[in-house]
Amino acid sequence: MSVDAATVRRIARLARIAVEDDEVEHLQGELNAILAFVEQLSEVDVTGVEPMTSVTPMVMKKREDVVTDGEIAELVVKNAPATEDNFFLVPKVVE
Amino acid sequence: MTDPISLTLAEARDLLRSRAMSSKELTEAHLSAMAAARGLNAYVLETPDKALAMAAASDQKLAKGEGGPLEGLPLGIKDMFATEGVRTTACSAILENFVPVYESTVSSHLWRDGAVMLGKLNNDEFAMGSSNETSRFGPVVSPWRRKGDTAKLVPGGSSGGSAAAVAAGLCLGATGTDTGGSIRQPAAFTGTVGIKPTYGRCSRWGIVAFASSLDQAGPFARTVRDSAILLRAMAGHDPKDTTSVDLPVPDYEAAVGRSVKGMKIGIPKEYRVDGMSDEIEALWHQGAEWLKAAGAEIVEVSLPHTKYALPAYYIVAPAEASSNLARYDGVRYGVRVPGHDVTEMYEKTRAAGFGREVRRRIMIGTYVLSAGYYDAYYRRAQQVRTLIKRDFEACFEAGVSAILTPATPSAAFGIGEKVSGDPVEMYLNDIFTVTVNMAGLPGIAVPGGLDAKGLPLGLQLVGRPFDEETLFSLGETIEQAAGRFAPERWWA
Repeated sequence: MSVDAATVRRIARLARIAVEDDEVEHLQGELNAILAFVEQLSEVDVTGVEPMTSVTPMVMKKREDVVTDGEIAELVVKNAPATEDNFFLVPKVVE
Repeated sequence: MTDPISLTLAEARDLLRSRAMSSKELTEAHLSAMAAARGLNAYVLETPDKALAMAAASDQKLAKGEGGPLEGLPLGIKDMFATEGVRTTACSAILENFVPVYESTVSSHLWRDGAVMLGKLNNDEFAMGSSNETSRFGPVVSPWRRKGDTAKLVPGGSSGGSAAAVAAGLCLGATGTDTGGSIRQPAAFTGTVGIKPTYGRCSRWGIVAFASSLDQAGPFARTVRDSAILLRAMAGHDPKDTTSVDLPVPDYEAAVGRSVKGMKIGIPKEYRVDGMSDEIEALWHQGAEWLKAAGAEIVEVSLPHTKYALPAYYIVAPAEASSNLARYDGVRYGVRVPGHDVTEMYEKTRAAGFGREVRRRIMIGTYVLSAGYYDAYYRRAQQVRTLIKRDFEACFEAGVSAILTPATPSAAFGIGEKVSGDPVEMYLNDIFTVTVNMAGLPGIAVPGGLDAKGLPLGLQLVGRPFDEETLFSLGETIEQAAGRFAPERWWA
């Protein structure tokens, strides 16, 4: 499989990465090189093979549903680019 | 007296315990070596004040005979580990001003045991790379050069700063992370020892996530014994990482020097790849001979799905990365580039904050997970992964204790030599290491010798799940036979 310029733009949109017009052709070439490389997987017979979900068989660990952390709002927002009263600030999303 | 920066970690430990040297002297010697080696670009942040304060605290404990297992020993930390109050960037522009308010579990274990932090080490951006050339702080220069040549070489990657710093005597040991070979390949390129433990052995909590089903932390050191000492401290169960295993951590140092007599060592025929150099082939053969001389039995084994590991990796790792790196959106941490609405802000922030290799991998990952392609790519890759793991299981069930392979297909290459063309060419560096991550197994790289140009070459040993001890025993057997290798100090 290979991608065309429109697909490159669609992937960039899904990945939320702005792509300039003059970057598309180059990116398309790189992505197609990688896709061509992974193409060889299609020759493997995977009939009836379970996809791996965990390298070590383990039971999902669970713990009591209790509060173990919190009351650290100032620390949570400490590295944020824009905050007010311990809220994250973003551009307006609702008109 | 011996130059403090030439000591092994075990030697330094013993000198500190006997009070023949102070942590202050040892730490100061390393800080001056770091200052003289800035041209290598191994450290992206030096923390001398913190180091000296930690050394002073260690000296007080040592005076009272209360030191921990790593008391007073200066180490470097890869910039993928969150360090409380100390800038942690993953060597990405998007995190250039991130100062964690918490400490990674692995690094907290080192401080618990008394180690001293010298600073943060360079790596490929988000650990994506095999040469340390994708770092936003620029490439690391390897302390190794070809004989009679001053061309700058890469130390390998992604843990290039860790490998270079350990090889150049800029710390006694360092932490690394390994998703497809990021500890073992740079260890091989720099003549150092690096181990990626079994998936689940070290907690991933507080390590910047790349591909969560493959990422593992591990140490770099100049000897097998030193790496065993460090892994014992780094490993251990952590309730904050649900994939961290609740198993006791053995005394790995006790496995160093243990006999390997009677162990069955597998030589996988599929690793004899096209175009493998005669030198690598000879080194591999030599490694098998050394183990045989120590009483091990060498057997040929087959890992038929080996050739599919790298292509499967380049689906699984970017897919997981595209998901993990979705968190860098300019809202909660990291840099923000303003936009007229929230989507434009995300898109501009991520375009400016991520480097080329990271953007490329996020896009591949996004594509293979997108509607209509998931089964053809991601699901198939995870099925192939099951087959790769079964190959190894069949070997171990047949009584093989460990598998011996070359660590890399070549010695280190020049800075800028492989960055221009096809991204796949760089990916091929990990051809021998990536299978181990796909199967979640432990793997160690140990120096095996120098090539004709005087550059280090490494051997890799792959073990059964949670049997790192056997790897330390076998690794030390090779180390005893091969000797140790250090670069000439041309930079200082």
